[in-house]
Amino acid sequence: MNRPLSQQDPAAPAEPAGGFDWWGGTAPAERPAPHPAPAEVYRAVQRSEAFQRIRRAHRGFVLPMSALFLGWYVAFLVAATTAPELMRQQVAGPLNLAWLLGLLQFASTFVITWLYGRNARAKRDRAALGLRWDTQDQLR
Amino acid sequence: MSGRTPLAVAAPTAQHHGLATALFAVVVLITLAITLWAGRRTRAAEDFYTGGRTFSPLQNGFAVSGDYLSAASFLGVTGLIALYGYDGLLYTIGFLVAWLVVLMLVAELVRNAGRYTLADVLAVRMRERPVRAAAGTAGMAVSLLYLVAQMVGAGSLVSLLLGTADGPARSWTIVGVGALMVLYVTVGGMRATTWIQIVKAVLLLCGTALLTVLVLVRFRGDPGELMRAAARGSGVGTAYLEPGLKYGLGLVNRLDFISLGLALVLGTAGLPHILARFYTVPTARAARRSAVWSIGLVGCFYLMTIVLGLGAAAIVGSAAVQADNPSGNTAVPLLALDLGGGADSTGGLVLFAVISAVAFATILAVVAGLTLASSVSFAHDIYARALRRSDERPVTERQELSAARGAAVVVGALAIALSLFAQKLNVASLVGLAFAVAASANLPTLLYALFWRRFTTRGTVWALWGGLLSALVLVVFSPVVSGSPGSIVTAVDFHWFPLENPGLVSIPFGFLAGWLGTLTSRTPADPDRYAELEVRALTGTGAV
Repeated sequence: MNRPLSQQDPAAPAEPAGGFDWWGGTAPAERPAPHPAPAEVYRAVQRSEAFQRIRRAHRGFVLPMSALFLGWYVAFLVAATTAPELMRQQVAGPLNLAWLLGLLQFASTFVITWLYGRNARAKRDRAALGLRWDTQDQLR
Repeated sequence: MSGRTPLAVAAPTAQHHGLATALFAVVVLITLAITLWAGRRTRAAEDFYTGGRTFSPLQNGFAVSGDYLSAASFLGVTGLIALYGYDGLLYTIGFLVAWLVVLMLVAELVRNAGRYTLADVLAVRMRERPVRAAAGTAGMAVSLLYLVAQMVGAGSLVSLLLGTADGPARSWTIVGVGALMVLYVTVGGMRATTWIQIVKAVLLLCGTALLTVLVLVRFRGDPGELMRAAARGSGVGTAYLEPGLKYGLGLVNRLDFISLGLALVLGTAGLPHILARFYTVPTARAARRSAVWSIGLVGCFYLMTIVLGLGAAAIVGSAAVQADNPSGNTAVPLLALDLGGGADSTGGLVLFAVISAVAFATILAVVAGLTLASSVSFAHDIYARALRRSDERPVTERQELSAARGAAVVVGALAIALSLFAQKLNVASLVGLAFAVAASANLPTLLYALFWRRFTTRGTVWALWGGLLSALVLVVFSPVVSGSPGSIVTAVDFHWFPLENPGLVSIPFGFLAGWLGTLTSRTPADPDRYAELEVRALTGTGAV
């Protein structure tokens, strides 16, 4: 299992045409004759600054944001079960605090989704694609 | 309006029955046509498992929401809101917030590192056979529980339609749904399943939007008036709009609420049929975009179900909903009947038939997705990999596909048999159990494997078996199975676990088991293979 799955299965589809052209344009004309073992390639890529930046961009957003939304969700659950007096407070008309917080959960989910997509497009997508073709090139 | 004609609603006329049956037949014919069309183009494993990976993010976004918005949401959740008001709302919030876990922690990474199943991701860095055996079993267990919930929904729907609470009609419906889903999967594979999901998602969203508009028009577009009318129709006044109606009776009951909430939010990311959807798009970026689409669609849908649940309490009345089905599974069709003008008007009958057909399409589509996911778990993980020693000849693609088709038949039969015993349970609480198993077994393993450098094969296997068995054992000894008026077995009482949903105990247990297994491993984690998984998951290197 140390090789990428695409190399294990002859039926796997070829690279998308756009990706192939891009790769063809920048690949070195001569590859070094002795191929490094895949494990070494992956270790080297993992250590590289380019990969570390992608990893930081992903974890730096995803881990704190997950802690935030899970914390906010659990706090909402606990409030709904243990503080009925508080949650019963009227906010506007028949709308009480419990309903307001519930609807805010919907709103926060939409906002976090949008922020995540923006973060991924700005900080990861391009770099990850470049590194992908680079790594595949080294693995050939 | 609350006390209006509960009995007339529950005893439909022959005309009623005829129109809805005709629409059901149309739904079945459309899905069969899709299946036959897709079946002619399904040959390789790639087609059968992923539909050729050629769907666009928008198509897959609809298909994911189609897979996710089950009868549990359309019938079960609206019923719970109609009966218990605010406490029913918890389901919608849990079901939606869960998507953030899928979006941020799972979708892209799983798409990049895996091929067909969750176990593919684990196998990149773990010893293959034990991990595949455990992950395949957990995947099948989750799908099977979820299937039972959907088929119970089908049973409730049809018995409402025919006006019989029990009897052969209900059982034959379940058998019929089971036979259809096996046919979709064995003939059409993932391509048929995906198109059925897309058609169903569009139908479901349109049907829900139509009813929502009708409810809002009835209350002159004033949500405040709707809430006040729902509180009046519920028979319990303002308590309906406050937390605690279902989950406010003592400590155990409140813990059950929290347990369910955790299971819902952490379970989605471990559902095999949802994970499989991300393999139908070409890249991780497309997987992310389909997750974003589905969050938008799912969020709008749940906002509308809140309106429908409140509308059912306000217009039909909680008492009438409960009289028709003790757990509220038929609130939406009853609401449609009343919104169209009542049981003796043409408008009422037409709307009722249309909404019932939408619910039926929903059930058919979701059971197809679930059957496919469990047959893939069996064929790809258990049959072709876990049961095969390394010195044996590998299974050919043709053999693996026959095993998948055979597994679909067996899973269908099992689901039919189990759901005949679970008819009394609320569809949404049954789904809550499937989520609890997914959150206890699959999610801890997946997160550890993707984010924890030191995680080992033993940790993986312990987390999977530990989470799966703890969740199942706690369900067996919970009030769901015995010891309460609504449980499956009423003759004997062998329950000792007080909560209906095991998540509060079994999810931490799954995480703990994975951690302990890793600490006690004799061989440490292989840093080379973690490097491979990390690089592949984040960059898409070698992804198919």
